[in-house]
Amino acid sequence: MLGLTPVADPGAFIARRNPVVKLAVATLLSLTVLSSLDPLTPALVLLPVLALLPLTGVRVGRFAHRLRFLVPAAAAVVVMSAVFAADKTGRTLVEFGPVLVTASSLETGAALGLRVAAVAVPGVLIMATTDPTELADSLVRQLRVSDRFAIGALAALRLMPLLAEEWHMIRMARRARGMDSGGNPVTGARLFASTTFGLLVAAIRKGTRLATAMDARGFDSGVPRTGVRRVRVDAADRWMLAGVAAGCAVVLWTSIGLGVYRPLW
Amino acid sequence: MAKVELRGFGWRHAGRRRPAVSGVDLRIDSGERVLLLGASGSGKSTLLTAMAGLLPDDSGEQTGHVTVDGRAARDARDRIGVVFQDPQTQLVMARAGDDVAFGLENRGADPAGIPAAVRRALDTVGFPYPADRATHALSGGEQQRLVLAGAIATGPRLLLLDEPTANLDPAGAALVREAISGVLTENPDTTMVLVEHRVAEALPLVDRVVVLGADGGVLADGPAAEVLHRHGERLAAQGVWVPGTPVDRPRRSPGTGPALVTAQRVGLRHPDADRAALAPTDLRIHAAELVAVTGANGSGKSTLARLVGGLSTPGTGAVYSTGDRRPLHRWRAAPLAARIGSVFQNPEHQFVTSRVRDELNLRPRRHADPPARIAARTTELLERLRLEHLAEANPFSLSGGEARRLSVATALATAPAVLVFDEPTFGQDRRTWRELTDLIAGLRDSGTGILVVSHDTDFVTAVADRRLSMVEGELCSA
Repeated sequence: MLGLTPVADPGAFIARRNPVVKLAVATLLSLTVLSSLDPLTPALVLLPVLALLPLTGVRVGRFAHRLRFLVPAAAAVVVMSAVFAADKTGRTLVEFGPVLVTASSLETGAALGLRVAAVAVPGVLIMATTDPTELADSLVRQLRVSDRFAIGALAALRLMPLLAEEWHMIRMARRARGMDSGGNPVTGARLFASTTFGLLVAAIRKGTRLATAMDARGFDSGVPRTGVRRVRVDAADRWMLAGVAAGCAVVLWTSIGLGVYRPLW
Repeated sequence: MAKVELRGFGWRHAGRRRPAVSGVDLRIDSGERVLLLGASGSGKSTLLTAMAGLLPDDSGEQTGHVTVDGRAARDARDRIGVVFQDPQTQLVMARAGDDVAFGLENRGADPAGIPAAVRRALDTVGFPYPADRATHALSGGEQQRLVLAGAIATGPRLLLLDEPTANLDPAGAALVREAISGVLTENPDTTMVLVEHRVAEALPLVDRVVVLGADGGVLADGPAAEVLHRHGERLAAQGVWVPGTPVDRPRRSPGTGPALVTAQRVGLRHPDADRAALAPTDLRIHAAELVAVTGANGSGKSTLARLVGGLSTPGTGAVYSTGDRRPLHRWRAAPLAARIGSVFQNPEHQFVTSRVRDELNLRPRRHADPPARIAARTTELLERLRLEHLAEANPFSLSGGEARRLSVATALATAPAVLVFDEPTFGQDRRTWRELTDLIAGLRDSGTGILVVSHDTDFVTAVADRRLSMVEGELCSA
């Protein structure tokens, strides 16, 4: 919908799972990872998730492309935390002027980097394999979210690519009028503000038009809405949820058993 | 079967002094097909929106009544279907079938019957794809067909169409008219009101013409042929495209000069696209020459216009201005605007100030003339484009034709040697169309090199010196 290539075929296992169940799975994994400060717990979550990816029908190449910003982001977290960690005990690994990296500070950094990755991978995976329409339907049916709210948000999402195009056009039109920043940050900021204002005007206009068109088709009728698309939670969804919950329990049990578990609280 | 009645109807938008519509008395019987005409600014769209019951109470002030089958239009909305201009702001869902089902779901239709109703509506408008087709992958004409399917799926007895083909290229517009015709044949009882200023194309769909007066009320009303026969000249003078109005003799360049801009193997391909938006292209624009590029929406015309205008960065090749070895896309904006003026399809993209006069006074800083000369040039442009009375107005408050004239004036303000126009006559009434045609031909005659991309064949026939056509990113001679 947003012009992104799907990372899984529509018929793949992961794509056919109920969106709300997928959200629950991502939440379980994130809570497990975030509950501890040690590096082992996120690693124990991340590795099986990555190992199981091909079995769920994800096209690994495309998914890796989608995650290309994650590696530098996680690496940056590792470096920053290792350098700036308060706890600088253990063997000194690097000492260069004010920069001091020790075994314990590197461990803290690695743990944080792994946490970032272990939360991001399932999250991105779920967003990238979930059809927005199905997500809205599923929120309405399984979580009893207001249907007019969910469908309204969905319609707004459809406008996003139009606005991206609009932004591009307004910028080109500014150039045609002889306006550019020429590398001057003050002029650049002013130009950015004026372009943003132009986009805001366009967004309000398009939004109003879409809202009128939706009301013309009875969106504001107040009649209870029916839904033609059935979104169910099937046996495979339940098995997936149970499996992930069991997996998370095993991870916690292992890291507590090995004595590395350091609870957040 | 729906009867529409307006008695002394008027509407003034909040914050405006003049009413958009006033004193309209009109009765439309079940099964009638009405074409609603009027000069631009006569309130056709407002009137149609009122019949649709979609004018919000708090957005203006109403006088008189508008009823559908004896009920206030607002309370009769479940029997009304509406199609507006722009398909992109009417499609709600990502898949075609889901979008048609949207209206049925809103009205609480039994889900068991919805798929059949959706299929029926899609068949009626001749939608050629399966119901799970992604809506963003459709052409403009196909999208508008889908919008029509969504409007008729609920079985409306009154169909209101507000310039449904105005945003489409000729092929797309023909598709949509064919679909409308199919809908009307299949539902002989359905009442229809159509707003459209291309009269010739609309006539086969209607049997009655209603003309709104510029100062309120109904100017003419009756069988289509009779109204056009009796009021044709006056309508043409007001800007309505009346069929049979004599066309002006084509104007050609008095003699072209040296090349001003040269495109060398310039091309562009978007990442993930199946084909290049523009295949490597050579093109030269000479002084006092008007080059017209025609082609369907999405054929790459606009991409070419932006590259020749130096506004976007090409994937291959480059565009050069004669006498300068730097490609145009590397120029700073100020010298670029002084050399090549670009006029966008949507005028509002180009407005950057809050007063018409400031819009024309604006000059890139390093290229500023003395203030007195700028002021003189602004006054001259205001006069030439009939904008004097609007000098203090906000550019965003102008009508379609006025905004178009101002956007042309902004490009002329820097007196560029080359002008690039993207659909300059798009959606304009006949009067503005003629003014623009005269103006652009006059600029060409006085030595400006001009590139126009357009699917307006009348315009191209009237003024182009060289005609090229764009087919799926390839430029060929027409």
